[in-house]
Amino acid sequence: MSAAEKSRPKLAVWKFASCDGCQLTLLDCEDELLPLASTVEIAYFLEASSAIGPGPYDLSLVEGSITTPQDAERIRHVRRVSRRLVTIGACATAGGIQALRDFADVREFAAVVYARPDYIATLERSKPISAHVPVDFELRGCPIDKRQLLEVITAFLAGRRPVVPGHSVCVECKARGNICVLVAHGTPCLGPVTQAGCGALCPAFNRGCYGCFGPTETPNTRALNAQLRRLGMSDPDLVRVYRTFNATEEPFLQASEEAEGDA
Amino acid sequence: MDVVVLQSLEPLIEALTSSGYTVVGPRVEDGAIRMAEISSGADLPAGVGDVQKPGRYRLTSGDDGMVFGFAASPDSAKRYTQPPRQTLVRVRDEAIEEVEQEAPRVALLGLRACDLAAVAVQDRVFAGGRHPDPAYLRRREALFLVAVNCAVPGGTCFCVSMGTGPKAVAGFDLAITELASPHRFLVETGSERGGEIVALIPHHPATSVDIDAAEEVSRTAASRMGRQVDTDGIQEWLPAAHDSPRWADVASRCLSCTNCTMVCPTCFCSTVEDVTDLTGQVTERSERWDSCFTLDFSEVSGSHVRSSGLARYRQWLTHKFATWYDQFGTSGCVGCGRCITWCPTGIDVTEELACIR
Ligand code: SF4
Ligand code: SF4
Ligand code: SF4
Ligand code: SF4
Ligand code: SF4
Repeated sequence: MSAAEKSRPKLAVWKFASCDGCQLTLLDCEDELLPLASTVEIAYFLEASSAIGPGPYDLSLVEGSITTPQDAERIRHVRRVSRRLVTIGACATAGGIQALRDFADVREFAAVVYARPDYIATLERSKPISAHVPVDFELRGCPIDKRQLLEVITAFLAGRRPVVPGHSVCVECKARGNICVLVAHGTPCLGPVTQAGCGALCPAFNRGCYGCFGPTETPNTRALNAQLRRLGMSDPDLVRVYRTFNATEEPFLQASEEAEGDA
Repeated sequence: MDVVVLQSLEPLIEALTSSGYTVVGPRVEDGAIRMAEISSGADLPAGVGDVQKPGRYRLTSGDDGMVFGFAASPDSAKRYTQPPRQTLVRVRDEAIEEVEQEAPRVALLGLRACDLAAVAVQDRVFAGGRHPDPAYLRRREALFLVAVNCAVPGGTCFCVSMGTGPKAVAGFDLAITELASPHRFLVETGSERGGEIVALIPHHPATSVDIDAAEEVSRTAASRMGRQVDTDGIQEWLPAAHDSPRWADVASRCLSCTNCTMVCPTCFCSTVEDVTDLTGQVTERSERWDSCFTLDFSEVSGSHVRSSGLARYRQWLTHKFATWYDQFGTSGCVGCGRCITWCPTGIDVTEELACIR
């Protein structure tokens, strides 16, 4: 092993409660995968290989939310063996779609679904990683964006701040040259309160944004709700648009509760 | 100024194309009249109109066959004068590589008087002063501007208040007024290269009937402004209204989404981003559209100078309508109404100004 080989930073990818979609984004980086593999040592990545590196790791990418007592324990281990810990995707940054159970009684669910609910050890809530351990950076999206993932890894390798702005999807929407579906079609769109990063994917296909990147740096959901109501959205529909992948992120939670309160 | 009449725009589009221009003009796409590449007169939106209101845009259709019977498109010349993203410099293995920025030859067909005024504002910003931007100058030089005099102002237009329209008086290569019965186009030449294009196509001199008809189009348009602003003394009273309660009111409706600044043909703010590649050997610096509505735009030494939505909205309106004079000698607003139409919550600058006053 050469000296350079030895000093290659070690990357680990961890999975908690999630669908694997964000990890797959890493494998999806076809053109960049080879340069990536020669820049970092992918020491732990179950999705791609069964080799388990011993740690410690220079950069850990963590997918998924914490939903069980075992996972709450395991994430503390991951934190201990990681110099930098970056969470990837709405599950890890916000609790994910599975956090919808936070709005109901999880024991009741378990009783309905499982023959022996007493075998199920689960936490009351689906929480983001940052609720359990300190996190160095949160990369949003359901799933995350490939360009942004590479940018975050590259930035951590270079020791600089990643270029991941916290402004709205509208910025990217206009730069891309999309027509505004909200103004021109009357289609409900969460773009004005949703953080950019996807390149305004949904409006590019004449669909409203459904908020998968979570709230912007300064979301004014009350103002957007007023406009969405004018476009004919009912309060139950408003509650639903905010209760998806980032349902328990504070600004989206407040937005859905505001709609519910008025219902 | 030469004034001629064309029976059809087809030869004009052909002449521009054969002179090496990509012709970008109005065409219906995704339920709006966009500025997009066109290859023939058949691409123009015959009979299509628009209804513009705060936060709302819809197309209408009719059978009058007029191809310019609508007001400002969501698109302006800005995308061509100041592209949304440009790479400025690349550093490879510590050697600096100049990045030659593209300056495509594009004929913009259908710019309105307000759009020309906006280009003039951008000229002062980018090409005026002691440090003209050479890339801007090259892009600008490569643009051929064909204006169209508005016949049907939109519900959010207020160019008369801003003294910028609805008739194009300067800053164009050619200016068209579309006339009805019989359908024809009066064309004024505004530059030498405009004249060269006209010389390539079949035309006949305008008669006084044509000229009167064109004047009537602009007169009627001027009387049908959707909105108005009282700009008298605005340089003084607007900055003085720093503590007006109206700012909190408008901030409660403002999403800080940036749409108003993105569609505004004069808003020029950008940010610079530096990224490295995976190997760490290549670093690129690029410039992209930004807005005074983003938090990072006013970040200084890690804290935000304008952290509230109120401060950001006040900054935008005050700069646009008042302090722009101090900086560039004119208003930053040309009255095109785009920020009103394309604001998702329908915030109307003319209404805000009236309330603040
Ligand atoms: S379509 Fe949605 S994301 Fe795009 S500008 Fe309009 S509101 Fe913003
Ligand atoms: S437009 Fe919205 S919902 Fe669609 S990918 Fe982007 S952030 Fe997600
Ligand atoms: S401020 Fe609004 S009306 Fe004025 S030029 Fe900009 S977009 Fe047009
Ligand atoms: S503001 Fe005036 S020049 Fe501009 S589109 Fe409206 S009427 Fe035409
Ligand atoms: S004024 Fe309207 S378009 Fe501008 S940032 Fe506020 S909500 Fe967005």
